[in-house]
Amino acid sequence: MASKVIQALYNDDDVLMHAVKKVRAEHHHIEEVYTPFPVHGLDKAMGLADTRIAITSFLYGCLGLTVAIVMMNFIMIEDWPQDIGGKPSFSYIENMPAFVPIMFELTVFFAAHLMVITFYLRSRMWPFKKAENPDKRTTDDHFLMELGIHDNEQELADLLWETGAVEVKVTEKES
Amino acid sequence: MYTFSNKLRIGSFIAMGLGVIFLAIGFLSAPSTVEEAKAMVAAHDDGHGGGHAEEAVVNGEEQGHGAEVSHGEEHDASHDTHLLHQLQNRPWSALYVAAFFFFMIALGVLAFYAIQRAAQAGWSPLLFRVMEGITAYLIPGGIIVFVILLLSTMHMNHMFVWMDAETVAHDKLLQGKAGYLDSTFFLIRAAIFLGGWIFYRQHSRKLSLAQDESDDNSNFVKNFRWSAAFLVFYLISESMMSWDWIMSLDPHWFSTLFGWYLFASMFVSGITVIAMVTVYLKSKGYLEQVNNSHIHDLAKFMFGISIFWTYLWFSQFMLIWYANIPEEVTYYIARFQDYQLPFFGMLVLNFVFPLLVLMNSDYKRVNWFVIMTGVVVLFGHYLDIYNMVMPATVGDQWYIGFPEIGGILFFGGLFVYWVFTALTKAPLQPKRNPFIEESRHFHY
Repeated sequence: MASKVIQALYNDDDVLMHAVKKVRAEHHHIEEVYTPFPVHGLDKAMGLADTRIAITSFLYGCLGLTVAIVMMNFIMIEDWPQDIGGKPSFSYIENMPAFVPIMFELTVFFAAHLMVITFYLRSRMWPFKKAENPDKRTTDDHFLMELGIHDNEQELADLLWETGAVEVKVTEKES
Repeated sequence: MYTFSNKLRIGSFIAMGLGVIFLAIGFLSAPSTVEEAKAMVAAHDDGHGGGHAEEAVVNGEEQGHGAEVSHGEEHDASHDTHLLHQLQNRPWSALYVAAFFFFMIALGVLAFYAIQRAAQAGWSPLLFRVMEGITAYLIPGGIIVFVILLLSTMHMNHMFVWMDAETVAHDKLLQGKAGYLDSTFFLIRAAIFLGGWIFYRQHSRKLSLAQDESDDNSNFVKNFRWSAAFLVFYLISESMMSWDWIMSLDPHWFSTLFGWYLFASMFVSGITVIAMVTVYLKSKGYLEQVNNSHIHDLAKFMFGISIFWTYLWFSQFMLIWYANIPEEVTYYIARFQDYQLPFFGMLVLNFVFPLLVLMNSDYKRVNWFVIMTGVVVLFGHYLDIYNMVMPATVGDQWYIGFPEIGGILFFGGLFVYWVFTALTKAPLQPKRNPFIEESRHFHY
């Protein structure tokens, strides 16, 4: 289903921030903002819910720690018992200091990689996917704010021009 | 301008008074003869002390063959003298640990302050007066630590065994280190370190106050240069200080990253105290411009440096554990066997607790949360210093009782009194720091 959207382009992040706040103050719903770089505080201004990626990161870290412990226990203690540092106790807990670097590294490895993969999946990004970018200039020096139109095209256009947009256009958007 | 609230002032005096009484009890109850020491140990711990005694008896019987009897007795006598020295050391060590701990907080804050100055940080100028207030404690704290060291060189206690000529005469390793571990040289070094730190603190404070009244930024620039130079001096002197004042308590043992390890401990304690004093002043209606982003940043430092401390603690431990060389590993054997609770408890308090509690971003902005975590972290780092000093000076005769609590109360009271008195001396917000506007608008 195609929906009609209005897009406003800005050429300064400060102007954009003020525009976002003003549009929100007028109770219009901002569908998306495209920027060439992360704009500090934009998520709060747009009223986006806090990211939950930190929670996933913690869980992935716990998973990595568990994998490291199970793996080292199997490799170094059970499958082929090793005499570590001249202390042939063959017990995981007594040889634990030797495994701490691995436990740490795998915790970080799992947290980092799985967090990035989660982020891509959640953002619906995968290799060879066609970019959703409505205007190429947002990868260079322009900022684009997109609002849905609900029979108020003229009102929105006026408002957006007022907020300092350098260009306002109406397009159909596939969704 | 801040006015020292009466409640806090009276509280600090009460703490000091109680501390003096507790310390006095500790000193008076220390044994003065071998017989008293033996009686104390026998009466005190029937539990593990009893087992120890039985072991000694078994050893005595094994050795008790003919001519070796006299040798065994001689050995027992030296063991008893050692026990007496350990028990006599306990109040001194408790005093030293607490004196050093609060001094170290001020020194850690001074390093943090110098880094902010040298980096020309934009977020922190609003907190400079708080930091300058805390570093004011360097002067009394440093003098007290110096006096304790001076009394040690005068053989008032047996904390530093290398100061005892009799011991050195029988110890090849200590004879090799005698050039460096020499009482006079030791005191000269201590005086140079303390002199340098106190000089920088006083000079930087003067420039900081002068900047408020000046009409250009020359004082600010001078302060930047002094701070950068101070950091070079500090990193070298702090490292040597850690060898002298702490590591030489175990004069056979050495660790090449000990200076860093102690630095991490003092740095995290210092930052914690900055956060706690800031939150306290804010709760009293001062420092209106300090927002929760400043608190958040301080809490991030508490979190990060706690992990840095653990990293250094583990790096030091793992290499020694892995190599398992007798003269190195004894250091940890003593702690594993006789100090299990403080040693592993400290790891929980200094690593696991801050890691889990301060991980969440939102919690770092909650004032009471920062205070509660701060109390735990400070106690953890007191235990850290305790674990560095006590095994060398009192051995297995440790206990957290009157002298230890008295030391914390006395120096804690003195610290609070001195720091908050210093805070009343100047406006809490610097007027003309070129970065004050950035600091005021700091938000994340």
